[in-house]
Amino acid sequence: MVLRATGKAGSPFAAVLGRRPVRTISASGAAAYLGEAMRDVAIVATAQSPALRKEERRNEVEILMPVIHELRENAKLDQDDIGFTVSGSCDYLQGQPFAFVTALDAIGPWPPIDESHVEMDGAWALYEAWVRLQHGDIDTALVYSFGKSSPGDIRRILTLQLDPYYLVPMWPDPVALAALQARALLESDGVSEKDMAEVVARSRKHAKDNPNAQLKGDVDVDQLLNEPMYLSPLRKHDCPPITDGAAAVILAAGDKAREITDRPAWIRGIDHRIEPHSLGVRDLTDSPSTRKAGEVAGVGSGKVDVAELYAPFSHQEIILRRALGLGDGVNVNPSGGALAANAVMVAGLLRVIEAAQRIMDGSADRAVAHATSGPALQQNLVAVLEGE
Amino acid sequence: MAERVAITGVGQTKYDTKRADVSIAGLCREAAVRALEDASVTWNDIDAVVIGKAPDMFEGVVMPELYLADAMGATGKPMMRVHTAGSVGGSTALVAAGLVKAGIHKRVLTMAFEKQSESDAMWALAMRIPFQPALVAGAGGYFAPHIRAYIRRSNAPDHIGILVAVKDRQNALKNPYAHLHLEDISYEKVAESMMIWDPLRYLESCPSSDGACAMVVAAEDSVSGDRAPAWFAGTAMRSEATQFAGRDQVNPQAGKDCAKEVYRQAGISDPRREIDAAEIYVPFSWYEPMWMENLFFAPEGEGWKMTDSGATAIDGDMPINPSGGVLSSNPIGASGMIRYAEAAMQIRGQAGEHQIDGVRTAMGHAYGGGAQFYSMCILTKDKP
Repeated sequence: MVLRATGKAGSPFAAVLGRRPVRTISASGAAAYLGEAMRDVAIVATAQSPALRKEERRNEVEILMPVIHELRENAKLDQDDIGFTVSGSCDYLQGQPFAFVTALDAIGPWPPIDESHVEMDGAWALYEAWVRLQHGDIDTALVYSFGKSSPGDIRRILTLQLDPYYLVPMWPDPVALAALQARALLESDGVSEKDMAEVVARSRKHAKDNPNAQLKGDVDVDQLLNEPMYLSPLRKHDCPPITDGAAAVILAAGDKAREITDRPAWIRGIDHRIEPHSLGVRDLTDSPSTRKAGEVAGVGSGKVDVAELYAPFSHQEIILRRALGLGDGVNVNPSGGALAANAVMVAGLLRVIEAAQRIMDGSADRAVAHATSGPALQQNLVAVLEGE
Repeated sequence: MAERVAITGVGQTKYDTKRADVSIAGLCREAAVRALEDASVTWNDIDAVVIGKAPDMFEGVVMPELYLADAMGATGKPMMRVHTAGSVGGSTALVAAGLVKAGIHKRVLTMAFEKQSESDAMWALAMRIPFQPALVAGAGGYFAPHIRAYIRRSNAPDHIGILVAVKDRQNALKNPYAHLHLEDISYEKVAESMMIWDPLRYLESCPSSDGACAMVVAAEDSVSGDRAPAWFAGTAMRSEATQFAGRDQVNPQAGKDCAKEVYRQAGISDPRREIDAAEIYVPFSWYEPMWMENLFFAPEGEGWKMTDSGATAIDGDMPINPSGGVLSSNPIGASGMIRYAEAAMQIRGQAGEHQIDGVRTAMGHAYGGGAQFYSMCILTKDKP
């Protein structure tokens, strides 16, 4: 397959951004970022629940509690040692408003804590924690995220992310929109259904080494291609499994990070961008928001050993690799990625965790983590992690 | 790191029971455009967008930042969505300010909204999952027992809640954006209104509103506009657990801790003397005296005396909610940001008929959930 490093000139998205290309990358922000002004912040401990198709016996707090306990134990920190706590989750998965309120009980917030919540994937909660640590008055932050997709109908729930006036009445669910995107990609250039099947086979193979993964094993590409169509051109294995799970991270700044662990995973750059919601003005075969976030985060300024990409659908990994300019030498999704386990609201944070783990265990020196949100990769976050 | 941050523009929509004239995006855009105009900047000058709202079930749109990206001019930029229950409007502003404070962005647009007419808040709040006590009585039903506990503890006379309800509705008559413009509001009218959650009468409760509020927050070298900005001199968020034995729900510790932290940052030792005006989240009348104690404006048990003596009136020595407050406009997710925006307007001298003379230090306050989430700021006319 051909890896494309730059976007198509004249794409509708380029036109949208084109009016003020310099400004949209946040000239000010990027400058501050890439300079020496940012405080060194690292991931120093991680924990995650096993990915399960259906957590029947445990509610969200019960899934979270052992994860939080393990996390604090890994970092040898109590909640009193944490400067800022932030979470990411979605009320609609739990089927009740203020779902994050009860989840906070897993932390045991007493005495009162400095705390916030984003109704976004946990990767954006991690971003908020990184920003908070830049203020310089605290040295540690705890980030967690949880989601049970099994009790509801995740396809219907995610459809409600769409424009309520013009799109929702047609109920194009996320699988349908991903199929549209896959079709556009297959018809654009050089990408085949076999390329997609290869992504699936590699994910399942990698997942064999991941004790927390849900779908794993050796599968043959030709066998996969013999499977029936699910939503053309997607076969069932091109789509993510339904998963319940939780994950958590501790971030620390400077020497505090070195105190907690021998080999912190330093966040050298992190950025996120959103694209238009209207599918008609997007080039679905490209991910300009990923590219931009990758540029600001500094993906291209060194060799990438490992990349954990949140590609819920097989063809999206191909789009993301191109947008980030990741060549064949990069080990993509050693965890198995979202095709092996996809706890919605957690899976993005998990990519950061899996990438950080490769740094922390010494098997990689430089890793890229990516998270996505919204239909057909509308919003994307990219982080660059390094060992010291 | 730790840059100074200012509010350089504020924008509000007209609040109403049902803004049928605009879509959700149209409502949000109305506030955002006004904030940009107030700051004399365009969409292109904005580096990132941070939005907030209360539960998605209030409109039935999951994670609406995705749908609102285009309307908020966020495409190609970073966009975040905050949700911290009723305190979210305040928290959203603080997340936006935090991006500037960290030196990551120069100008951030922040917006919070609720279009309650799209759904039914009472229904959304009554949702329950197994093994959890149902909250079928709405927020008023949740808070009424804590108010009764306050009255018992402080021996406050029964009429205090009525005074707050009348005062805030009278203030709202001076605020063109306010939802409730009750021209004939009076003590008798409130006293005679239906008792819904004893001791809360109908007119002692907040309305259900559609509306949005937006602000532009900027770094020191990116301050713009014809009007002097309002500077953040203190910002803090605090949360505590919802339920545990011994939790004081009348005078919660998280609120006290949050207030102490913003006062410490702003160098305030006597809030009643040093703060010129405050916009405090009072969705039910009795929360004014309760928060006066929680925020150290009055000694414990004596908050009601401030209300009783007229100290919290617009011409009192400690004006509380000159805008009419949450009791007069309550687009839930936006209500906290409106408190910050109104505090900024007092500093900047743009509050029109409800302007208080000579405000140099103002407070914005929001709380949420079962009074376990807090977000507060101190704004000043002078650069901190």
